[in-house]
Amino acid sequence: MNLRRLIAIVVKELRQLRRDKLTFAMIVGIPTMQLLLFGYAINLDIRHLSAAVLDQAQTAHSREVIAQLGQTGVMDFTYRLDAPQQIDALLRAGKISAALVIPPDFERRVAVHDAPPLQIIVDGSDQVVQQAARQLAGLPLPQLLDPASATAVANVEIVNFYNPERRAPVNTVPGLIGVILTMTMVLFTAMAIVRERERGNLEFLIATPVSPTELTLGKVLPFIAIGLIQVTVVLALGVAIFHVPINGSLVDVYGAALVFIIASLSLGVFLSTLAKTQFQAMQLAFFTFLPQILLSGFMFPFAGMPWPAQWLAEIFPMTHFVRLIRGIMLRAATLAELWPELAALAAFCVVVLTIAIARTRKRLD
Amino acid sequence: MPHADSTNAIVARGLTRRFGNVVAVDSLDLTVERAQVYGFLGPNGSGKSTTIRMLCGLLLPSAGKIEVLGYQIPQQAEALKRRIGYMTQKFSLYEDLTVIENLEFVAAVHELDRARAKARVSELIERYRLTGLRNQLAGTLSGGEKQRLALAGAVLHGPELLLLDEPTSAVDPQSRREFWDSLFALVAAGTTILVSTHFMDEAERCHRLAILDHGRLVADGSPRELMDALPGQVLLVESADLRRARERLEQFDGIDASAQIGAHLRVLVRERADARERVATYLREGGIEAKVENAAPNLEDVFVSVTRGKHDEHAEQAA
Repeated sequence: MNLRRLIAIVVKELRQLRRDKLTFAMIVGIPTMQLLLFGYAINLDIRHLSAAVLDQAQTAHSREVIAQLGQTGVMDFTYRLDAPQQIDALLRAGKISAALVIPPDFERRVAVHDAPPLQIIVDGSDQVVQQAARQLAGLPLPQLLDPASATAVANVEIVNFYNPERRAPVNTVPGLIGVILTMTMVLFTAMAIVRERERGNLEFLIATPVSPTELTLGKVLPFIAIGLIQVTVVLALGVAIFHVPINGSLVDVYGAALVFIIASLSLGVFLSTLAKTQFQAMQLAFFTFLPQILLSGFMFPFAGMPWPAQWLAEIFPMTHFVRLIRGIMLRAATLAELWPELAALAAFCVVVLTIAIARTRKRLD
Repeated sequence: MPHADSTNAIVARGLTRRFGNVVAVDSLDLTVERAQVYGFLGPNGSGKSTTIRMLCGLLLPSAGKIEVLGYQIPQQAEALKRRIGYMTQKFSLYEDLTVIENLEFVAAVHELDRARAKARVSELIERYRLTGLRNQLAGTLSGGEKQRLALAGAVLHGPELLLLDEPTSAVDPQSRREFWDSLFALVAAGTTILVSTHFMDEAERCHRLAILDHGRLVADGSPRELMDALPGQVLLVESADLRRARERLEQFDGIDASAQIGAHLRVLVRERADARERVATYLREGGIEAKVENAAPNLEDVFVSVTRGKHDEHAEQAA
């Protein structure tokens, strides 16, 4: 390893990057766009579902229940119906996501407790709507009828420790750092290395004393800095726009990001040894990107996945990063407390990078 | 330091490279003396690039022994790479770096310290007339300018051996002539140059020449030797009706090739004895009025003669 050569490769890489307007725009553009997209669009707090109500009882109590449910803000009762058949038509046309049905014998059911007094029909094709309905079903009826008795009836009180207002961006933004870094770091490195091969530069380079390690390191080092810039962009926007708290230490946040960036770069380097063209590199990057997002616990709860999926997810760097970053930013955990996740990331880097460098030969065949 | 052969820069024996079932290079024997321009002449796909890549250790040979500047290749390829310059067929420096940035990078790759790198880069920029272009992106240079930059990059660390793979394929004739002048300047300073080409005029300028066809060495020697050793006779045929003359000659057994060059036909007759008389008689018998004269062979005649025979052989093998 020759330091002069390594620096020369880094400098060359930075100069090329400066002239590559598209990549340059993506470095800041992707994090910003993704943050706004995920921050605003992915909101698991259901509000204002379009709904219909079929009140077959027409009593004072039934009207009170409708008013109470309407006040929760979950459903907007935009349709008042007279016949059950109408529900079916509206659901199928997608005009409503849910319908509240109050049976004719509502008063008797409330009094005798022999059957559920209320029915909510939901559009089962949307998982999120089902969840919202389940939440509503959990509301105790006496509370609906008599708000004064509410505290006495609640069986289990859920105390939300780290996100008391249950705002979705608080949960998504930390994980989003992982999504953005996975996407850009893996893609950029894989493409940067393959580009050298595709454009014929590599044939010149391998006829010189450059070593594979120098070449790989020199290409990867600038991207570490770029990754940290992206982390800064997401954090700044996350705090400014979505008021995401950084409860833990900022140093720990950057520490975790740094290790994760290196892991993603290692993966990119490895992919570059498999791809012959930049297009193939891009396809391979997306191939690894999707399972990481789906299984990491960023989108779907990790605990709900079957064990083979969990097992697979444990290999992915993003799974560990999501745990690290949520721990640090939301629970104010320290890196020392989360050492198993760090160790898993480090192991990933060592294994993948070793394979990648071993696969990089200074020959054309 | 490896045991250095003082007279030969490259010695290869039985050099073979297969890609699957295709034999790209077929048991090539090669000896290149130091401080010479050695040419590889051959059509596309004749194995020129593959051979050059094997000689600098970029491709593993399927069989054969290679010694370059005293190093055993491929085993000692890394050590060799410090002492050779390699210019690829396609421009392989960075199009999105400027002329000076490219050369600074090459200097650092070869571990020249900053002061030496600076001096050497300025020297080469001047020598290869890149002064006005130093801050221009390499991608925006013309073919000839790119080639001068590539040559500067290949010789920057003062290599003893320069391997050039079709360096002039994208360059105008004026630039080509200048390029060859630079090559002879390097040879005068003691550099050995191996250059592949498919231009006859370039091949003619080499000290020695190897003609490759289908991965095989079909002839080698100095251009003069090769021309003298041509077994056939070259004739120039002048006639009022060249088309008919040519059609008639197609029927004549014993003609390797005929080509129209301006107002006459250049004909290569396989047997030298009485060639002129035989052809003249044959044309007269066909009722064609023609003037037939002997001509001195050139390299193209040699090339056609040595590759033609092989093609027939291949055709027979295939049949």
